[in-house]
Amino acid sequence: MTDTATHGAARPVPARSHPRVLATLGRPDWATHLATHGPLPSLVPNLVEILQNAGLVGHGGAAFPVWRKIASLAGAPAAIIANAAEGEPLSHKDAVLLANAPQLVLDGLLVLAGTLAPRAKLLLYVNPLSLESAERAVADRPDGRRIQVVAAADGFVAGEVSAVVDSLSGGRGVPRDHPHHLTERGLKGKPTLVFNVETLAHLALIARHGPEWFRSVGTPDDPGTRLISVSGAGLEAHVREVDGGTPLGDVLARCGLGETAVQAVLVGGYHGAWVERSRLGAPLTAKATRTSIGAGAGVIHVLGVEECGIHASGAILRYLASQSAQQCGPCLFGLPTLSGAFDDVTTGSGRQGDLLQRMLATLPGRGACHHPDGTVRFATSALGVFADEVTAHRAGRCRAAGARR
Amino acid sequence: MSARNRPVVARLHIDWTRCDARESCIELLDGRLRADDWGYPIAPGVPAAEQSDVPLRADELDAGRDAVALCPRLALTLRGPA
Repeated sequence: MTDTATHGAARPVPARSHPRVLATLGRPDWATHLATHGPLPSLVPNLVEILQNAGLVGHGGAAFPVWRKIASLAGAPAAIIANAAEGEPLSHKDAVLLANAPQLVLDGLLVLAGTLAPRAKLLLYVNPLSLESAERAVADRPDGRRIQVVAAADGFVAGEVSAVVDSLSGGRGVPRDHPHHLTERGLKGKPTLVFNVETLAHLALIARHGPEWFRSVGTPDDPGTRLISVSGAGLEAHVREVDGGTPLGDVLARCGLGETAVQAVLVGGYHGAWVERSRLGAPLTAKATRTSIGAGAGVIHVLGVEECGIHASGAILRYLASQSAQQCGPCLFGLPTLSGAFDDVTTGSGRQGDLLQRMLATLPGRGACHHPDGTVRFATSALGVFADEVTAHRAGRCRAAGARR
Repeated sequence: MSARNRPVVARLHIDWTRCDARESCIELLDGRLRADDWGYPIAPGVPAAEQSDVPLRADELDAGRDAVALCPRLALTLRGPA
Protein backbone atom coordinates (compact mmCIF):
# COMPACT_ATOMS: atom_id res chain seq x y z
CA MET A 1 0.00 0.00 0.00
CA THR A 2 3.04 2.26 0.09
CA ASP A 3 2.34 3.19 -3.51
CA THR A 4 -0.98 4.80 -2.80
CA ALA A 5 0.50 6.85 0.01
CA THR A 6 2.40 8.84 -2.63
CA HIS A 7 -0.84 10.03 -4.18
CA GLY A 8 -1.87 12.62 -1.66
CA ALA A 9 -5.13 12.05 0.07
CA ALA A 10 -6.47 9.58 -2.48
CA ARG A 11 -7.26 6.27 -0.83
CA PRO A 12 -8.56 3.25 -2.71
CA VAL A 13 -11.45 1.34 -1.20
CA PRO A 14 -12.63 -1.97 -2.66
CA ALA A 15 -16.05 -2.05 -4.27
CA ARG A 16 -18.76 -3.85 -2.36
CA SER A 17 -19.38 -6.57 -4.89
CA HIS A 18 -17.15 -6.68 -7.93
CA PRO A 19 -13.60 -5.48 -7.73
CA ARG A 20 -12.40 -6.06 -11.26
CA VAL A 21 -9.71 -3.66 -12.34
CA LEU A 22 -8.80 -3.17 -8.66
CA ALA A 23 -8.82 -6.89 -7.83
CA THR A 24 -5.10 -6.71 -6.98
CA LEU A 25 -5.59 -3.83 -4.55
CA GLY A 26 -2.42 -3.25 -2.58
CA ARG A 27 -0.49 -5.93 -4.52
CA PRO A 28 0.63 -4.43 -7.81
CA ASP A 29 3.38 -6.99 -8.46
CA TRP A 30 3.61 -9.23 -11.52
CA ALA A 31 3.17 -12.54 -9.65
CA THR A 32 -0.05 -11.40 -7.96
CA HIS A 33 -1.30 -10.08 -11.29
CA LEU A 34 -0.73 -13.44 -13.01
CA ALA A 35 -2.22 -15.41 -10.14
CA THR A 36 -5.30 -13.17 -10.05
CA HIS A 37 -6.06 -12.70 -13.72
CA GLY A 38 -4.24 -15.53 -15.47
CA PRO A 39 -2.20 -15.24 -18.65
CA LEU A 40 -2.98 -12.69 -21.33
CA PRO A 41 -3.78 -13.95 -24.84
CA SER A 42 -1.08 -12.65 -27.18
CA LEU A 43 -3.72 -11.56 -29.67
CA VAL A 44 -7.51 -11.54 -29.97
CA PRO A 45 -8.57 -12.38 -33.56
CA ASN A 46 -11.97 -10.64 -33.60
CA LEU A 47 -11.14 -7.90 -31.12
CA VAL A 48 -13.28 -5.13 -32.65
CA GLU A 49 -16.36 -7.35 -32.66
CA ILE A 50 -15.70 -8.49 -29.09
CA LEU A 51 -15.31 -4.92 -27.89
CA GLN A 52 -18.48 -3.92 -29.71
CA ASN A 53 -20.41 -6.74 -28.07
CA ALA A 54 -18.94 -5.85 -24.70
CA GLY A 55 -19.99 -2.21 -25.11
CA LEU A 56 -16.74 -0.89 -23.66
CA VAL A 57 -16.45 2.90 -23.91
CA GLY A 58 -13.55 5.17 -23.05
CA HIS A 59 -13.11 6.07 -19.37
CA GLY A 60 -11.17 9.30 -19.99
CA GLY A 61 -14.32 11.41 -20.10
CA ALA A 62 -15.76 11.33 -23.62
CA ALA A 63 -17.22 7.80 -23.35
CA PHE A 64 -16.44 7.10 -27.01
CA PRO A 65 -16.95 3.44 -28.00
CA VAL A 66 -13.58 1.68 -27.98
CA TRP A 67 -14.38 -0.55 -30.94
CA ARG A 68 -15.30 2.48 -33.03
CA LYS A 69 -11.99 4.20 -32.31
CA ILE A 70 -10.08 1.07 -33.37
CA ALA A 71 -12.25 0.64 -36.46
CA SER A 72 -11.55 4.25 -37.49
CA LEU A 73 -7.79 3.62 -37.80
CA ALA A 74 -6.53 4.63 -41.26
CA GLY A 75 -3.93 1.85 -41.04
CA ALA A 76 -2.00 -0.19 -38.52
CA PRO A 77 -1.27 2.15 -35.59
CA ALA A 78 2.32 3.39 -35.43
CA ALA A 79 1.86 4.16 -31.76
CA ILE A 80 -0.49 3.06 -28.99
CA ILE A 81 -0.59 5.38 -26.02
CA ALA A 82 -1.91 4.72 -22.52
CA ASN A 83 -2.99 8.08 -21.13
CA ALA A 84 -2.73 8.75 -17.39
CA ALA A 85 -1.97 12.48 -17.53
CA GLU A 86 -4.93 13.02 -15.18
CA GLY A 87 -4.72 16.82 -15.12
CA GLU A 88 -8.11 17.15 -13.38
CA PRO A 89 -7.37 18.10 -9.74
CA LEU A 90 -10.34 16.11 -8.39
CA SER A 91 -9.43 12.92 -10.26
CA HIS A 92 -7.23 10.29 -8.67
CA LYS A 93 -8.44 7.10 -10.30
CA ASP A 94 -5.65 6.77 -12.86
CA ALA A 95 -2.94 7.21 -10.22
CA VAL A 96 -4.66 4.68 -7.93
CA LEU A 97 -5.08 2.24 -10.82
CA LEU A 98 -1.38 2.51 -11.70
CA ALA A 99 -0.43 2.06 -8.05
CA ASN A 100 -2.56 -1.06 -7.58
CA ALA A 101 -3.09 -2.73 -10.94
CA PRO A 102 -0.55 -1.35 -13.41
CA GLN A 103 -0.10 -4.74 -15.10
CA LEU A 104 -3.67 -4.68 -16.42
CA VAL A 105 -2.93 -1.38 -18.14
CA LEU A 106 0.25 -2.80 -19.69
CA ASP A 107 -1.75 -5.90 -20.69
CA GLY A 108 -4.14 -3.63 -22.55
CA LEU A 109 -1.30 -2.03 -24.51
CA LEU A 110 0.28 -5.39 -25.31
CA VAL A 111 -2.88 -7.13 -26.44
CA LEU A 112 -3.74 -4.19 -28.69
CA ALA A 113 -0.24 -4.31 -30.16
CA GLY A 114 -0.35 -8.09 -30.56
CA THR A 115 -3.68 -7.86 -32.37
CA LEU A 116 -3.32 -4.69 -34.43
CA ALA A 117 0.32 -3.77 -34.86
CA PRO A 118 3.07 -5.96 -33.41
CA ARG A 119 5.68 -3.29 -34.16
CA ALA A 120 3.77 -0.29 -32.80
CA LYS A 121 5.51 2.04 -30.39
CA LEU A 122 3.95 1.52 -26.94
CA LEU A 123 3.87 4.48 -24.58
CA LEU A 124 2.60 4.99 -21.06
CA TYR A 125 2.05 8.72 -20.55
CA VAL A 126 1.69 9.29 -16.83
CA ASN A 127 1.21 12.07 -14.35
CA PRO A 128 4.64 12.59 -12.72
CA LEU A 129 3.09 11.31 -9.45
CA SER A 130 2.81 7.85 -11.00
CA LEU A 131 6.18 7.75 -12.72
CA GLU A 132 7.76 5.47 -10.14
CA SER A 133 4.94 2.92 -9.93
CA ALA A 134 4.68 2.85 -13.73
CA GLU A 135 8.40 2.29 -14.24
CA ARG A 136 8.47 -0.41 -11.57
CA ALA A 137 5.55 -2.18 -13.25
CA VAL A 138 7.21 -2.14 -16.65
CA ALA A 139 10.44 -3.52 -15.17
CA ASP A 140 8.48 -6.16 -13.24
CA ARG A 141 7.13 -8.06 -16.25
CA PRO A 142 9.10 -10.18 -18.72
CA ASP A 143 7.53 -8.59 -21.82
CA GLY A 144 7.60 -5.01 -20.51
CA ARG A 145 10.79 -3.85 -22.17
CA ARG A 146 9.13 -2.47 -25.26
CA ILE A 147 6.86 -0.16 -23.25
CA GLN A 148 8.22 3.33 -22.71
CA VAL A 149 7.09 5.37 -19.71
CA VAL A 150 6.94 9.15 -20.24
CA ALA A 151 6.13 11.82 -17.66
CA ALA A 152 3.10 13.89 -18.65
CA ALA A 153 3.06 17.66 -18.95
CA ASP A 154 1.50 19.64 -16.14
CA GLY A 155 -1.88 21.33 -16.26
CA PHE A 156 -5.60 20.75 -16.60
CA VAL A 157 -5.56 20.29 -20.39
CA ALA A 158 -2.46 18.04 -20.47
CA GLY A 159 -4.55 14.88 -20.92
CA GLU A 160 -6.39 16.10 -24.02
CA VAL A 161 -5.36 13.71 -26.77
CA SER A 162 -3.72 16.24 -29.08
CA ALA A 163 -1.82 17.63 -26.06
CA VAL A 164 -0.56 14.11 -25.31
CA VAL A 165 0.66 13.69 -28.88
CA ASP A 166 2.18 17.19 -28.80
CA SER A 167 4.17 16.36 -25.68
CA LEU A 168 5.34 13.02 -27.09
CA SER A 169 6.43 14.88 -30.25
CA GLY A 170 8.67 17.18 -28.21
CA GLY A 171 6.19 20.04 -27.72
CA ARG A 172 5.19 21.59 -24.40
CA GLY A 173 2.17 19.33 -24.11
CA VAL A 174 -0.68 21.64 -25.06
CA PRO A 175 -3.66 20.95 -27.33
CA ARG A 176 -2.99 21.34 -31.05
CA ASP A 177 -5.19 22.03 -34.00
CA HIS A 178 -6.12 18.58 -35.25
CA PRO A 179 -8.44 18.68 -38.23
CA HIS A 180 -7.83 14.96 -38.70
CA HIS A 181 -8.58 12.31 -36.10
CA LEU A 182 -5.48 10.92 -34.43
CA THR A 183 -6.50 7.50 -35.70
CA GLU A 184 -5.79 8.94 -39.17
CA ARG A 185 -2.87 11.28 -38.44
CA GLY A 186 -1.39 11.28 -34.97
CA LEU A 187 2.14 10.87 -33.66
CA LYS A 188 4.56 11.77 -36.50
CA GLY A 189 1.56 12.00 -38.82
CA LYS A 190 0.81 8.27 -38.52
CA PRO A 191 -2.33 6.51 -37.24
CA THR A 192 -2.25 6.60 -33.45
CA LEU A 193 -4.41 5.13 -30.71
CA VAL A 194 -4.76 6.94 -27.40
CA PHE A 195 -6.73 5.30 -24.60
CA ASN A 196 -7.19 6.23 -20.98
CA VAL A 197 -5.39 3.74 -18.70
CA GLU A 198 -8.63 2.54 -17.10
CA THR A 199 -10.05 1.79 -20.53
CA LEU A 200 -7.01 -0.41 -21.24
CA ALA A 201 -7.44 -2.26 -17.93
CA HIS A 202 -11.06 -3.14 -18.81
CA LEU A 203 -9.93 -4.11 -22.32
CA ALA A 204 -7.33 -6.49 -20.86
CA LEU A 205 -10.03 -8.26 -18.87
CA ILE A 206 -12.40 -8.44 -21.84
CA ALA A 207 -9.56 -9.96 -23.90
CA ARG A 208 -9.35 -12.73 -21.29
CA HIS A 209 -12.96 -13.32 -20.35
CA GLY A 210 -15.07 -12.06 -23.26
CA PRO A 211 -18.03 -9.72 -23.65
CA GLU A 212 -20.61 -11.80 -21.74
CA TRP A 213 -18.39 -11.78 -18.68
CA PHE A 214 -17.95 -8.01 -19.03
CA ARG A 215 -21.70 -7.50 -19.23
CA SER A 216 -22.41 -9.71 -16.21
CA VAL A 217 -22.22 -6.65 -13.96
CA GLY A 218 -23.63 -3.20 -14.56
CA THR A 219 -26.70 -2.58 -16.70
CA PRO A 220 -27.39 -3.32 -20.40
CA ASP A 221 -26.85 0.37 -21.20
CA ASP A 222 -23.83 0.76 -18.94
CA PRO A 223 -22.07 -2.58 -18.67
CA GLY A 224 -19.06 -3.40 -16.50
CA THR A 225 -17.58 -1.31 -13.73
CA ARG A 226 -16.00 2.12 -13.46
CA LEU A 227 -13.50 3.76 -11.19
CA ILE A 228 -14.71 6.92 -9.52
CA SER A 229 -12.91 9.61 -7.54
CA VAL A 230 -15.08 10.90 -4.70
CA SER A 231 -14.36 14.01 -2.62
CA GLY A 232 -15.97 16.97 -0.86
CA ALA A 233 -18.31 17.53 2.11
CA GLY A 234 -15.56 16.57 4.53
CA LEU A 235 -14.87 13.23 2.85
CA GLU A 236 -11.35 11.99 2.56
CA ALA A 237 -10.67 11.65 -1.19
CA HIS A 238 -11.61 8.13 -2.26
CA VAL A 239 -11.23 6.00 -5.35
CA ARG A 240 -13.83 3.26 -5.72
CA GLU A 241 -14.82 0.74 -8.31
CA VAL A 242 -18.59 0.69 -8.80
CA ASP A 243 -20.92 -1.22 -11.09
CA GLY A 244 -22.24 0.57 -14.16
CA GLY A 245 -25.63 2.19 -13.63
CA THR A 246 -25.32 2.50 -9.85
CA PRO A 247 -27.54 5.35 -8.60
CA LEU A 248 -25.49 8.38 -7.55
CA GLY A 249 -27.04 8.35 -4.06
CA ASP A 250 -25.97 4.71 -3.55
CA VAL A 251 -22.40 5.58 -4.50
CA LEU A 252 -22.40 8.38 -1.90
CA ALA A 253 -24.05 6.16 0.73
CA ARG A 254 -21.22 3.65 0.34
CA CYS A 255 -18.81 6.49 1.05
CA GLY A 256 -20.75 7.14 4.25
CA LEU A 257 -22.65 10.19 3.01
CA GLY A 258 -26.39 10.27 3.61
CA GLU A 259 -28.72 12.32 1.44
CA THR A 260 -29.20 14.97 4.12
CA ALA A 261 -25.47 15.78 4.08
CA VAL A 262 -25.61 16.57 0.38
CA GLN A 263 -26.62 19.90 -1.14
CA ALA A 264 -25.50 19.15 -4.71
CA VAL A 265 -22.95 16.98 -6.50
CA LEU A 266 -20.48 17.97 -9.18
CA VAL A 267 -20.31 14.99 -11.52
CA GLY A 268 -17.70 14.77 -14.27
CA GLY A 269 -15.23 17.14 -12.66
CA TYR A 270 -14.56 20.76 -13.57
CA HIS A 271 -15.85 20.18 -17.10
CA GLY A 272 -18.88 18.40 -15.73
CA ALA A 273 -22.14 19.64 -14.28
CA TRP A 274 -23.74 20.16 -10.89
CA VAL A 275 -26.49 17.72 -10.04
CA GLU A 276 -29.24 18.67 -7.59
CA ARG A 277 -29.94 16.58 -4.51
CA SER A 278 -33.36 15.68 -5.92
CA ARG A 279 -31.58 13.65 -8.65
CA LEU A 280 -29.53 11.40 -6.34
CA GLY A 281 -31.71 8.44 -7.32
CA ALA A 282 -30.64 8.69 -10.97
CA PRO A 283 -28.12 6.13 -12.23
CA LEU A 284 -24.55 7.12 -13.00
CA THR A 285 -23.80 6.03 -16.58
CA ALA A 286 -21.07 6.62 -19.14
CA LYS A 287 -23.08 9.23 -21.02
CA ALA A 288 -25.91 11.33 -19.67
CA THR A 289 -29.38 10.43 -20.89
CA ARG A 290 -32.76 11.93 -20.03
CA THR A 291 -32.88 9.77 -16.92
CA SER A 292 -29.22 9.17 -16.04
CA ILE A 293 -26.21 11.23 -15.02
CA GLY A 294 -23.09 11.17 -17.22
CA ALA A 295 -20.07 10.05 -15.19
CA GLY A 296 -17.46 11.50 -17.56
CA ALA A 297 -14.06 10.47 -16.18
CA GLY A 298 -15.72 9.39 -12.92
CA VAL A 299 -15.13 12.48 -10.80
CA ILE A 300 -17.74 13.07 -8.07
CA HIS A 301 -17.41 16.08 -5.79
CA VAL A 302 -19.99 16.68 -3.08
CA LEU A 303 -21.11 20.13 -1.95
CA GLY A 304 -22.14 20.02 1.71
CA VAL A 305 -25.34 21.71 2.92
CA GLU A 306 -23.44 24.53 4.65
CA GLU A 307 -21.39 25.45 1.59
CA CYS A 308 -22.16 28.09 -1.01
CA GLY A 309 -22.33 26.56 -4.48
CA ILE A 310 -21.84 29.94 -6.10
CA HIS A 311 -18.63 30.71 -4.25
CA ALA A 312 -17.38 27.18 -4.94
CA SER A 313 -18.24 27.50 -8.63
CA GLY A 314 -16.69 30.96 -8.92
CA ALA A 315 -13.41 29.59 -7.56
CA ILE A 316 -13.50 26.68 -10.02
CA LEU A 317 -14.15 29.07 -12.92
CA ARG A 318 -11.16 31.20 -11.91
CA TYR A 319 -9.04 28.04 -11.89
CA LEU A 320 -10.35 26.94 -15.30
CA ALA A 321 -9.61 30.39 -16.75
CA SER A 322 -6.06 30.10 -15.39
CA GLN A 323 -5.65 26.74 -17.11
CA SER A 324 -6.08 28.04 -20.65
CA ALA A 325 -3.03 27.01 -22.66
CA GLN A 326 -3.13 30.64 -23.88
CA GLN A 327 -3.07 29.70 -27.52
CA CYS A 328 -6.62 30.27 -28.77
CA GLY A 329 -8.02 33.80 -28.47
CA PRO A 330 -11.61 32.95 -27.50
CA CYS A 331 -10.23 30.84 -24.60
CA LEU A 332 -7.36 33.15 -23.63
CA PHE A 333 -9.60 36.24 -23.43
CA GLY A 334 -13.02 34.66 -23.11
CA LEU A 335 -12.55 32.44 -20.05
CA PRO A 336 -11.27 35.20 -17.74
CA THR A 337 -14.10 37.41 -19.02
CA LEU A 338 -16.61 34.63 -18.38
CA SER A 339 -15.22 34.07 -14.89
CA GLY A 340 -15.31 37.79 -14.05
CA ALA A 341 -18.85 38.22 -15.39
CA PHE A 342 -19.98 35.13 -13.43
CA ASP A 343 -18.63 36.67 -10.22
CA ASP A 344 -20.24 40.01 -11.01
CA VAL A 345 -23.64 38.52 -11.74
CA THR A 346 -23.64 36.09 -8.82
CA THR A 347 -21.91 38.04 -6.05
CA GLY A 348 -21.31 41.58 -7.33
CA SER A 349 -23.03 44.49 -9.03
CA GLY A 350 -25.05 42.32 -11.38
CA ARG A 351 -24.37 44.69 -14.27
CA GLN A 352 -22.56 42.15 -16.44
CA GLY A 353 -25.51 39.89 -17.21
CA ASP A 354 -25.40 40.55 -20.95
CA LEU A 355 -21.66 39.97 -21.08
CA LEU A 356 -22.06 36.70 -19.18
CA GLN A 357 -24.79 35.49 -21.55
CA ARG A 358 -22.68 36.48 -24.57
CA MET A 359 -19.69 34.49 -23.28
CA LEU A 360 -21.85 31.44 -22.56
CA ALA A 361 -23.35 31.63 -26.06
CA THR A 362 -20.21 32.32 -28.13
CA LEU A 363 -17.23 30.52 -26.56
CA PRO A 364 -18.15 26.85 -27.21
CA GLY A 365 -16.63 25.25 -30.29
CA ARG A 366 -14.05 27.97 -30.83
CA GLY A 367 -10.77 26.41 -29.78
CA ALA A 368 -8.28 23.65 -30.59
CA CYS A 369 -9.68 21.64 -27.67
CA HIS A 370 -12.91 21.58 -25.69
CA HIS A 371 -11.69 23.54 -22.69
CA PRO A 372 -14.02 26.48 -23.50
CA ASP A 373 -16.93 24.08 -24.06
CA GLY A 374 -16.40 22.28 -20.76
CA THR A 375 -16.00 25.54 -18.88
CA VAL A 376 -19.23 26.95 -20.33
CA ARG A 377 -21.05 23.71 -19.48
CA PHE A 378 -19.88 23.94 -15.90
CA ALA A 379 -20.82 27.64 -15.55
CA THR A 380 -24.25 27.03 -17.08
CA SER A 381 -24.99 24.21 -14.66
CA ALA A 382 -23.89 26.33 -11.68
CA LEU A 383 -26.22 29.17 -12.72
CA GLY A 384 -29.08 26.71 -13.06
CA VAL A 385 -28.59 24.63 -9.91
CA PHE A 386 -27.67 27.56 -7.67
CA ALA A 387 -30.18 30.09 -9.04
CA ASP A 388 -31.74 30.51 -5.58
CA GLU A 389 -28.33 31.22 -4.09
CA VAL A 390 -27.81 34.01 -6.65
CA THR A 391 -31.13 35.52 -5.57
CA ALA A 392 -30.09 35.23 -1.91
CA HIS A 393 -26.82 37.00 -2.68
CA ARG A 394 -28.79 39.86 -4.28
CA ALA A 395 -30.63 40.23 -0.97
CA GLY A 396 -27.34 40.29 0.93
CA ARG A 397 -27.47 36.74 2.23
CA CYS A 398 -25.22 33.74 1.66
CA ARG A 399 -25.75 30.15 2.66
CA ALA A 400 -22.16 29.78 3.82
CA ALA A 401 -22.11 31.49 7.21
CA GLY A 402 -19.28 33.97 7.35
CA ALA A 403 -18.45 33.65 3.67
CA ARG A 404 -17.07 36.88 2.28
CA ARG A 405 -19.28 38.63 -0.22
CA MET B 1 -34.70 27.99 -51.98
CA SER B 2 -33.65 30.35 -49.21
CA ALA B 3 -29.98 31.25 -48.72
CA ARG B 4 -29.91 29.34 -45.44
CA ASN B 5 -31.00 26.11 -47.09
CA ARG B 6 -28.56 26.13 -49.98
CA PRO B 7 -26.13 23.23 -49.78
CA VAL B 8 -22.79 23.47 -48.01
CA VAL B 9 -20.01 23.14 -50.63
CA ALA B 10 -16.98 23.56 -48.35
CA ARG B 11 -15.91 24.20 -44.80
CA LEU B 12 -13.53 26.87 -43.63
CA HIS B 13 -11.36 25.31 -40.94
CA ILE B 14 -9.98 27.73 -38.35
CA ASP B 15 -6.77 26.83 -36.54
CA TRP B 16 -7.42 28.79 -33.35
CA THR B 17 -3.85 28.28 -32.16
CA ARG B 18 -2.71 30.41 -35.14
CA CYS B 19 -5.57 32.92 -35.40
CA ASP B 20 -4.58 36.36 -34.08
CA ALA B 21 -7.74 38.38 -34.77
CA ARG B 22 -6.42 40.18 -37.85
CA GLU B 23 -10.02 40.13 -39.18
CA SER B 24 -9.26 39.87 -42.92
CA CYS B 25 -11.49 36.77 -43.15
CA ILE B 26 -14.29 38.70 -41.46
CA GLU B 27 -14.10 41.46 -44.10
CA LEU B 28 -14.01 38.95 -46.96
CA LEU B 29 -16.80 36.78 -45.60
CA ASP B 30 -19.03 39.58 -44.40
CA GLY B 31 -22.38 38.03 -43.56
CA ARG B 32 -20.91 34.61 -42.80
CA LEU B 33 -18.39 35.74 -40.17
CA ARG B 34 -18.41 38.56 -37.68
CA ALA B 35 -15.92 39.66 -35.03
CA ASP B 36 -16.34 38.72 -31.38
CA ASP B 37 -15.44 41.08 -28.51
CA TRP B 38 -11.71 40.73 -29.36
CA GLY B 39 -11.88 40.52 -33.16
CA TYR B 40 -11.79 36.72 -33.47
CA PRO B 41 -14.16 35.28 -36.06
CA ILE B 42 -17.50 33.85 -35.10
CA ALA B 43 -20.14 32.40 -37.41
CA PRO B 44 -23.55 33.65 -36.26
CA GLY B 45 -26.28 31.04 -36.26
CA VAL B 46 -23.83 28.15 -36.74
CA PRO B 47 -23.83 25.46 -34.01
CA ALA B 48 -20.85 25.22 -31.64
CA ALA B 49 -19.73 21.93 -33.19
CA GLU B 50 -19.23 23.71 -36.56
CA GLN B 51 -17.61 26.94 -35.36
CA SER B 52 -14.13 25.62 -36.20
CA ASP B 53 -15.30 24.24 -39.58
CA VAL B 54 -17.59 26.97 -40.82
CA PRO B 55 -20.00 25.86 -43.57
CA LEU B 56 -19.73 27.80 -46.83
CA ARG B 57 -22.27 27.90 -49.63
CA ALA B 58 -21.42 28.11 -53.33
CA ASP B 59 -21.71 31.90 -53.43
CA GLU B 60 -19.24 32.15 -50.52
CA LEU B 61 -16.61 29.85 -51.96
CA ASP B 62 -14.55 32.49 -53.80
CA ALA B 63 -14.45 34.70 -50.71
CA GLY B 64 -13.50 31.63 -48.68
CA ARG B 65 -10.57 30.93 -51.02
CA ASP B 66 -9.46 34.55 -50.72
CA ALA B 67 -9.71 34.36 -46.94
CA VAL B 68 -7.45 31.31 -46.88
CA ALA B 69 -4.92 32.95 -49.22
CA LEU B 70 -4.89 36.32 -47.44
CA CYS B 71 -4.89 35.22 -43.79
CA PRO B 72 -1.65 36.73 -42.45
CA ARG B 73 -1.44 33.98 -39.82
CA LEU B 74 -2.07 31.09 -42.25
CA ALA B 75 -4.77 29.97 -39.85
CA LEU B 76 -7.37 28.96 -42.43
CA THR B 77 -7.86 25.96 -44.70
CA LEU B 78 -10.71 24.90 -46.95
CA ARG B 79 -12.02 21.38 -46.61
CA GLY B 80 -14.72 19.29 -48.23
CA PRO B 81 -18.35 19.82 -47.24
CA ALA B 82 -18.61 16.81 -44.90
